Amino acid sequence: MKSIDECREILKDPDGYVRRLKAESGRKIVGTFCSYAPEEIILAAGAHPYRLFGSGEKIRLAEAHLQSYCCSLVRGALEDALAGRLDFLDGVVFPHTCDSIQRLSDIWRLNIPSGFHFDMVLPVKLDTEGAKRYMVDVLMRFRTELGTKLGVNISDDDLRGAIRICNRIRSALTRIDRLRGERPGILSGSDFYTLTRAAMVLERGRAADLFEEAAAELEEKAKDSETGRERAAETGAGPGKGEETAGPGPKRILLSGGVCNHPDIHTVIEEAGGAVVGDDLCTGARYYSGLVDEAADPVGAIAMRMLTRVVCPAKHRGLTDRADHLVRLLREKRGQGVVFFLLKFCDPHAFDIPYLREALDGEGIPSMVLEVEDRLPAEGQLRTRFETFVEMI
Amino acid sequence: MAEKDEAKEKRKIKAVKKMKEIMTAYYIDAKTAEQTGKKVAWITSGGPVEPLIAMDVIPVYPENHGAMIGASKMGVDLCEKAEAMGYSSDLCSYARSDISCAPTNGGPIGGLPRPDMLVCCNNICGTVLKWYEIQARYFKVPLFILDTPFCHTEFSAEAKRYVQGQIEEYIAFLEKACGKRFDRDRMAEVGRLSVEGQRLWQEVLDTAIHRPAPLSAFDAFFHLALIVTLRGTVQAVDYYRMLLAEMKERVASGIGAVPEEKYRLLWDNLPVWFRTKWLSEKFAAQGACLVADTYTSAWCGSLKYVDENDFLGTMAECYTRIYLNIGVDEMARQVMEMVDKYGVDGLVMHSNRSCKPYSLGQYDIQRILREQRGIPTLTIEADMVDERSFSEGPIETRIDAFLELLRERRPAGEPAGRGNG
Repeated sequence: MKSIDECREILKDPDGYVRRLKAESGRKIVGTFCSYAPEEIILAAGAHPYRLFGSGEKIRLAEAHLQSYCCSLVRGALEDALAGRLDFLDGVVFPHTCDSIQRLSDIWRLNIPSGFHFDMVLPVKLDTEGAKRYMVDVLMRFRTELGTKLGVNISDDDLRGAIRICNRIRSALTRIDRLRGERPGILSGSDFYTLTRAAMVLERGRAADLFEEAAAELEEKAKDSETGRERAAETGAGPGKGEETAGPGPKRILLSGGVCNHPDIHTVIEEAGGAVVGDDLCTGARYYSGLVDEAADPVGAIAMRMLTRVVCPAKHRGLTDRADHLVRLLREKRGQGVVFFLLKFCDPHAFDIPYLREALDGEGIPSMVLEVEDRLPAEGQLRTRFETFVEMI
Repeated sequence: MAEKDEAKEKRKIKAVKKMKEIMTAYYIDAKTAEQTGKKVAWITSGGPVEPLIAMDVIPVYPENHGAMIGASKMGVDLCEKAEAMGYSSDLCSYARSDISCAPTNGGPIGGLPRPDMLVCCNNICGTVLKWYEIQARYFKVPLFILDTPFCHTEFSAEAKRYVQGQIEEYIAFLEKACGKRFDRDRMAEVGRLSVEGQRLWQEVLDTAIHRPAPLSAFDAFFHLALIVTLRGTVQAVDYYRMLLAEMKERVASGIGAVPEEKYRLLWDNLPVWFRTKWLSEKFAAQGACLVADTYTSAWCGSLKYVDENDFLGTMAECYTRIYLNIGVDEMARQVMEMVDKYGVDGLVMHSNRSCKPYSLGQYDIQRILREQRGIPTLTIEADMVDERSFSEGPIETRIDAFLELLRERRPAGEPAGRGNG
């Protein structure tokens, strides 16, 4: 598909793409961490939000600032910044996330000379009236201060325009997400990954166009295969175009975890006889789930989405919110197994895994934990683990 | 030889016995709460304990329990049990040992008394939030979270409003959990006692300004227990008054914490609970006294924000602006103040695998201190409870090399430290 090809091409060198975008459009580039960064406000300021992950280069310079028991995401991002690979950034925004990102923000502020620096100290608990008011306060302040830094006045209309673009991206990704559940294999897992990752890199208007195009094309494909299947059922012929061949079909897998930057994981799961039909990932559904109310007061509406969207384990919204969500997702997606993707040294996720697995045990759903430091385990080892898991289902 | 023993005996702090008595009585009280009809709340070490005292709730500190587990060298066993429950070995060892203690009643005192409620303040880390969620699910008791926004460079007006609002939510939570009204007059009294206890504790720590220092950080790690667990009580005030008198006596008679104080060092981070004796002797044997630390002083670091006549009105700020809830540069500034105040020759930093908010950023603090005060620093890679993260050989070598460096910088005979002696 042309839309996915374009995204894949850009992701070969995301930094290069953003540098070009800056040179061609004159836009300010704002680096972000965490899916709670309010992209709408950055867009409304005429700037481009760019999520930072670390390019995976060898850690040399960051060793002087961060111990080895800090996750590769934090070390990798700092390494890139210290090495000057992120010198195109006009500023960075650190939403309050975990203890490591919190300290990364301090170290960044003290050691990276270029650009402005924002700490958005969001509430950690999301289920009280006071937290809601505070969330709105923090976003209002960010709106004002970002405007000042960038020398623009961010109007309500600017915000509404940005909200519309973000909502288009979220809606299109949600449509595609639905399709991967209904028609496993309609697009490969790594293609789905390409789209979600591109959503954090591409010029957002372009991303919205491409994703809507991809969603429409895939829906068409699904309809064709549906008609084909009906026709096949009527005539008693074989399966229709685009449909899996006869047999039990792939095992339906859900992915759960934080940042997952490894498209290969999907490929290995697929080759082992599984298909990812849904996820609860920071770089997946948690990023695009939930729309901002376009009719309401814009900042209040952005806050409302943050308070109600699928929750991150570094935040609190009740004692069983994440397990309840995972079980709901399992039923909705008819999932048969869950793979927990755990970035080594990620405390919030590591603390939740036992209770989430317990909830899955209660549903009779098998699960496995894949802990990754910076690179995936050797392919052979990974394949064997997934094959064993898929067979168990 | 006899003379040597006598000197050693003279150096022992007499209040230790009293402290042991108080802590034993406290734990008996807590463990028998069910029979006496008292409510028990588990609370984080940086949590707002005063309202609990005002409500006659017994506060119990899983972190203090964690320290006891570490000191009695039971950490590895309990951590491994937590790992068998599915918790990663990279997680905080206090949390791991507490989580596995709950269902097994393990540890040195056969587990903590069952909580009636949990009070979690995230001013020390994000870990306590996850840890208390786990315990709230396990014990099926209500959980109150005091969410104290991190102060990277400031305590904003909106954050202040947010935390202040939560103080009232906390009181409502306690009234519901205890089934009685919150007595604001009693609270005011507890608040005054808390401030008095903190001031006395700071005074105790400040006696280490003298040369030789009458107590070391290793002593402070022990005597800290009451300012953590019984802050806001008459008992804590009385105890620290007694301890302060003893320290003043020691200063007057020139009794130091180490036999011959040559070097004055500052300790950063939590103690290595299972090796405090070993470390203490290691440094003392070469005339190095850890005269100050960032850990035990954290329980009186907010005195500058408190109004003892309006404790409830100022506690939001006190609990938010504590040492661990501030930016790395502000931490470095505070370390620098301590270096100047106590006349410190070098920094000893425990890089603690269990505690990311305390440890990440230490390298930058070291750099700032080297640049601005020109003092050498030593990093000890370890853990507060999990002995598996402690390699004696390499640590010993590093300590020796560090002390050698101090000797070279200031040959014997020259006066120790700079400034206030």
